[in-house]
Amino acid sequence: MKKLLSGNEAVARGAFEAGVKLAAAYPGTPSTEILENVAEHYPSIYCEWSPNEKVAFEVGIGGSLGGGRSMVTMKHVGVNVAADPLMTFSYTGVNAGFVFISADDPEMHSSQNEQDNRYFAKFAQIPFLEPSDSQESKDMVLLALEISENFDTPVMLRMTTRVSHSKGLVVIKDPIKLGEQHLFDKNVKKYVMVPGHARARHSYILQRTAKLAEYVEQSPLNRVESFGSKIGVITGGISYQYVKETLPETDVLKIGIGFPLPLGMIKKFVDSHEQVYIVEELEPYYEETIKAAGMISVKGKEFFGREGELSPYRVAKGFQKAGVISEVKEAGYDPQQLFPRPPVLCPGCPHRGLFTVLKKLKLTVTGDIGCYTLGTLQPLESLHTCICMGASIGNAIGMEKVNGSEKGIVAVLGDSTFLHSGITGILDAVYNKSNVTTIIADNRITAMTGGQEHPATGHTLMGQETKSVDFVQLCKALGVESVRTIDALNYEETLKAVQEEIEKPGPSVLITNRPCALMPKRVYDVPYEVDLELCNGCSACFRIGCPAILPSKELTKKHRPKAEIDATLCTGCTLCAQVCQPEAIVLKQQPEGVK
Amino acid sequence: MENNTQNILIVGVGGQGVLLASELLSEVAQMSGLDVKKSEVHGMSQRGGVVSSHVRIGKKVYSPIIPYGQADIVMSFEQAEGLRAIDWLKKDGKMIVSTTRLVPPIANFGDVHYPEDPVGEMKKKTDNVIAIEADKMAKELGNIRLVNTILLAVASPFMGFDASVWQEAIKRLVKPKFVDINLKAFEQGSALAKAGV
Repeated sequence: MKKLLSGNEAVARGAFEAGVKLAAAYPGTPSTEILENVAEHYPSIYCEWSPNEKVAFEVGIGGSLGGGRSMVTMKHVGVNVAADPLMTFSYTGVNAGFVFISADDPEMHSSQNEQDNRYFAKFAQIPFLEPSDSQESKDMVLLALEISENFDTPVMLRMTTRVSHSKGLVVIKDPIKLGEQHLFDKNVKKYVMVPGHARARHSYILQRTAKLAEYVEQSPLNRVESFGSKIGVITGGISYQYVKETLPETDVLKIGIGFPLPLGMIKKFVDSHEQVYIVEELEPYYEETIKAAGMISVKGKEFFGREGELSPYRVAKGFQKAGVISEVKEAGYDPQQLFPRPPVLCPGCPHRGLFTVLKKLKLTVTGDIGCYTLGTLQPLESLHTCICMGASIGNAIGMEKVNGSEKGIVAVLGDSTFLHSGITGILDAVYNKSNVTTIIADNRITAMTGGQEHPATGHTLMGQETKSVDFVQLCKALGVESVRTIDALNYEETLKAVQEEIEKPGPSVLITNRPCALMPKRVYDVPYEVDLELCNGCSACFRIGCPAILPSKELTKKHRPKAEIDATLCTGCTLCAQVCQPEAIVLKQQPEGVK
Repeated sequence: MENNTQNILIVGVGGQGVLLASELLSEVAQMSGLDVKKSEVHGMSQRGGVVSSHVRIGKKVYSPIIPYGQADIVMSFEQAEGLRAIDWLKKDGKMIVSTTRLVPPIANFGDVHYPEDPVGEMKKKTDNVIAIEADKMAKELGNIRLVNTILLAVASPFMGFDASVWQEAIKRLVKPKFVDINLKAFEQGSALAKAGV
């Protein structure tokens, strides 16, 4: 049976068919749907949202050592967080098969950088597989686990946004029959990486890589598609599809395992063609390796670039530049220069109240990763750094240390981000006597990635009720004396609280307590409307950047547009009414008994 | 060789239901025994940003992204987004656009402006613009979400699948309590298409 599945759905299916017993992850675009799918469709797999990728990876290692096939998924930058266990797990190797998914984001559709994680596999000396569509995404999970067990190594499956989020037809099969489970054996020389043991394992890694180098020459994952052309193309991942689209009858060497590369196969391919081109997204990973192996005639990055995503058009333009094709089909109509439409905080989003206050106070705000990063955009413009998960607190401490302990630096991060990597930041603020104020914008969900549970929501990925972290108690236990909760949609209260906390000596923590306006439940209250008689066109409500507030056709005497509220979008959060001086924003239908 | 691949680009604003439209279309293609790929980007775009979904249907489809400027049909849930995507349209391709206007908050500041008449601007460039008051029709039918089905129905004659396949796909993908109203929306959209709007 064939089913239309996204790359991510196919990976989840692959895990099921491969007999995976445990799957762990921290959500991150474009990887998130893999575990959501596991949880929804394959209850035989234990799955969890871990607090961060490092913990997820360690849980996955435990699963493998315990004798169950295990899968860990994350976005590309998640591998940075999990790099510590990864580098040494390469040394110990596995018991049952272990695969981790690195979902890279070329073009940075929803990421802070576009690092090319193929280098991570080379760095850790572990094989990586690169699917180019949904079918391969599923098949390669099974193969990765086989390779993992046959070569005693963790294996990386490297996805990219286009593979993860594109759908294609996939053949669905029954789960395979696995052999007997091998329980953990207390082989300390293999699993306790003290220097004496680790030295031996390093030698083992080198032997393993040598064996893998032989294997990849025979593996069906690397294949030549021959048409008898004079030129040849080496490509892999999504780029393969763009090459086939552009040059359907040109010889292609498709790479399925990118580390180690099948250099023998490549040499034969290069020697049998007049010119070989390399088409790969982002960094010249294949190109460098192939050139370093002495095949210096190959060409690649000079035609295809190393920034952003490739596309059929970009690949065609590259081959045109290389003189391989003479003409590229161009667009029929000119591109239009239009207004930008950046993502915005949703109507009713509690973060809007917080950033309206931070803007008013003109504070320096170190930021973090989440929906609230949008607080940097017009018109709120009140978030001034964004580096990585949890960085806001450390950034604020460092800034304060070089600029004196004057207050006025505030760190903002979300609940899920705080639990991921913010707790140690608070610990540093306490330990090293910082005066920074940290605001945990707690909307009780991992919102940016589409609404996932975390250790403070009270529910697990598998839908069980569980304990939920108490942020106030946690921060107090870490040594913060001034911890309080605020309603970010109460403008005056929030303004006063932030003003007070930035004046106090010692670190402070403010925790906002309104849930996300969309998830888990859509917040929807009686909408507001503008009394056009009273509106003076001051634009204070426009400056909170709410998508429900629009300029009306009616103008003031000075020809400034009055405001209008789209009742279908307004959630009745009241923030605009609170900042409206002439009190022109009023409840749409005043139900009896309400103020 | 890929001349028989149909390229349909669906664009709109986050939250409008662009992704459901492309799901429905992909289902129709699959039911018709064809290869299909579709591609879209989630993430930041869910927050009121531009959303686009590429659907490619044919005997064998390689790239999940439409080659730039080669869309046979662009289906837009919003006027200005249609105009923004016009360079993706093939010379003789069809632009099917809902007259919906969604003005982003950013257009309330400084020198960023929402165009006066995006549909009119498109019509100056090509005769192949089909503008539908899909919003109004959907509201009259009782659910703004029906814009989806109405636009697909208007586009359907250009894709060559039987009405019965569309109906079956709606039954398969739409929640049971919304099936009837979606079938009705499809019927009304098809009638518009037949009337040659």
